[in-house]
Amino acid sequence: MDLIELKDVHKTYYLGEVAVPVLKGVTLSIARRELVALMGASGSGKSTLMNLLGCLDNASSGEYWLDGKEISKLTAKEYARLRNRTIGFVFQSFNLLPRTTALENVMMPLTYSREYLSEQQKRQHAADLLRKVGLADRIDHQQSQLSGGEQQRVAIARSLVNQPSILLADEPTGNLDSRTSKEILQMFQQLNSVDGITIILVTHDQEVAQWAQRIIRIKDGLLEDNSEPVEAGSAT
Amino acid sequence: MKLYITMKTALNALRRNVLRTLLTTLGIVIGVGAVITMMEIGNGATIAIRKTMASIGANTLVIIPGAANTGGINFGAGSLMTLTPQDADAIVKECPSLASVAPIVRARTQIVYGNRNWSPTYIYGTTPSFLEVREWTELAEGESFDEHDVRNSNRVCLVGQTIVRELFGGRSPLGKEVRIRNVAFKVVGVLKMKGANMMGLDQDDILLAPWTTIKYRVVATSLGSSSQSESATTISSSNNPYVAVSAFLYAVPSATEQASTPQPIRFANVDQILTAARSSSSIPSAIQQITMLLRERHHLKVSSPNDFNVRDMTEITKAMSSTTDMITKLLLCVAMISLVVGGVGIMNIMLVSVTERTREIGLRMAVGAEPGDILRQFLTEAVVICLLGGTMGIILGRTSSYIISSVLHWPTSASIGAIVAAVVVSASVGVIFGFYPAWKASRLNPIEALRYE
Repeated sequence: MDLIELKDVHKTYYLGEVAVPVLKGVTLSIARRELVALMGASGSGKSTLMNLLGCLDNASSGEYWLDGKEISKLTAKEYARLRNRTIGFVFQSFNLLPRTTALENVMMPLTYSREYLSEQQKRQHAADLLRKVGLADRIDHQQSQLSGGEQQRVAIARSLVNQPSILLADEPTGNLDSRTSKEILQMFQQLNSVDGITIILVTHDQEVAQWAQRIIRIKDGLLEDNSEPVEAGSAT
Repeated sequence: MKLYITMKTALNALRRNVLRTLLTTLGIVIGVGAVITMMEIGNGATIAIRKTMASIGANTLVIIPGAANTGGINFGAGSLMTLTPQDADAIVKECPSLASVAPIVRARTQIVYGNRNWSPTYIYGTTPSFLEVREWTELAEGESFDEHDVRNSNRVCLVGQTIVRELFGGRSPLGKEVRIRNVAFKVVGVLKMKGANMMGLDQDDILLAPWTTIKYRVVATSLGSSSQSESATTISSSNNPYVAVSAFLYAVPSATEQASTPQPIRFANVDQILTAARSSSSIPSAIQQITMLLRERHHLKVSSPNDFNVRDMTEITKAMSSTTDMITKLLLCVAMISLVVGGVGIMNIMLVSVTERTREIGLRMAVGAEPGDILRQFLTEAVVICLLGGTMGIILGRTSSYIISSVLHWPTSASIGAIVAAVVVSASVGVIFGFYPAWKASRLNPIEALRYE
């Protein structure tokens, strides 16, 4: 069984009395250690699908199997735990805490994990991750003292701090210049191939999508059929 | 551990906007400071009012002998002659609820100075502690007589302002001699103005002398008469200049005669005993102690009634406690209002903070914070603000009450209760007014929160 399996997932929003169907039966599977891109125009249901995949929202109907468990009927609390342990988020706007150092930002998700780590261990762990993303000399810098690329690296380190099996990146390069974008994407590729983390890149940018092994296209709430795998590393 | 992390997160969040935190705290600082200052001023005022009331005589207990009843004729309260100066001494020694005791011997007669005369409302023979009982120790002029004068029946006296006005025409009477039934008393001190009492009697129309002097030199003639103040009716008149000395009906016995037929020692009774309880609250126990002691001293059987009465100033005591209660409550109300205003300020700022940090909340939820975690975080922030404000408020309150007491000379007194209450109240203000914003934060939808601009 694949890591992620969606079976005929529907999602309908209600604006007052009017039902707005956003996802109209999405069936999808993503294997472990896969690097996929999720593409679609705005209004296509891309964000909704991402929220479902990231356990931020639950489907109106259909099944969501994550790591062999059906999770579409869990409570908000159980979702929070799943997000903490299994899923890492990287956002377009980085979302670092203001007036907080890089290290503290990375340590933040550990506050909500149920495992016991001493303060010292937490610091050690967070600092290791910051070194891994190439910010060894930026550990004690505050959010405002970091460039966009550096902030995104901090955000990646933060998403990795609970050793998730899935990394969900929502337009991770949307606010970055092309050179930094490339660095970030290379980092994702490395995390995928070296650390074996499943990565889902949500983007509308064809060039970014080229970094993925497979592109999933969504249009009007349905997946398009031409979701063919692309050759890994074909984009340069 | 969990608590430590929550506290740390809250402190970090508060540190991110120091100015706003301080301004929010200010509301609580002022609130708690006001509570403490008001409580301490209230306490001080209560003490001051108690003192004032005590000088009116709120704590005063009057012990009056019982009624003599001879052959079916009742002579009314105070007609028994059972109270002695020794009773007064015993009371002050053995009743811990009493602060001071003074025996009183009354006389009602004319006093003369030069070509003027006057009949004071009160001529009291007593001890120096009378002034303590009546809270009248500060004299306008001169000094009080002392125990030595009492022991020696010295002819010295203190006079009130009315006597100064009526007998001395307002001039200082110090060192002058007034005659009471032809006994010359030297004026050693002048009492301060006290005014009329609640019954409208002029309290300054008073002459105080050692009780021994009044008893043995002035009213000696009336010893043995059943009523105490009636002696005034036998006003000294010019045709009997020796009225102060009892008329000798028999020849004076010689020393040998005296030795062979010893006379019984004169039984000295006093007309009343005036005592002051330590505080208004100790009045009931004081009454009990006096009653037990005097019954024992007077050898009363269990079945026989008291041969004395203890009277207290219930009316004044009641007025006093209701006044002070009201003042304290009033001040507390005012202070509580400022605390509530401070709490609303906290709620306001916390709501702003929740809105401002919507994205942060969304992020925290995305990385795994449960609604309970968010609720706890914001609640902790509010409580931390309040406790911080509470601490600073205690310092502010103590400082300001100290300043008030030293600059304005208002009596204040530190109150541990107020401090404890302030801490408890400020923490509860934090919980109460922090809860709504925190609850609101915890109910945010992470998707919308993340998208919030």
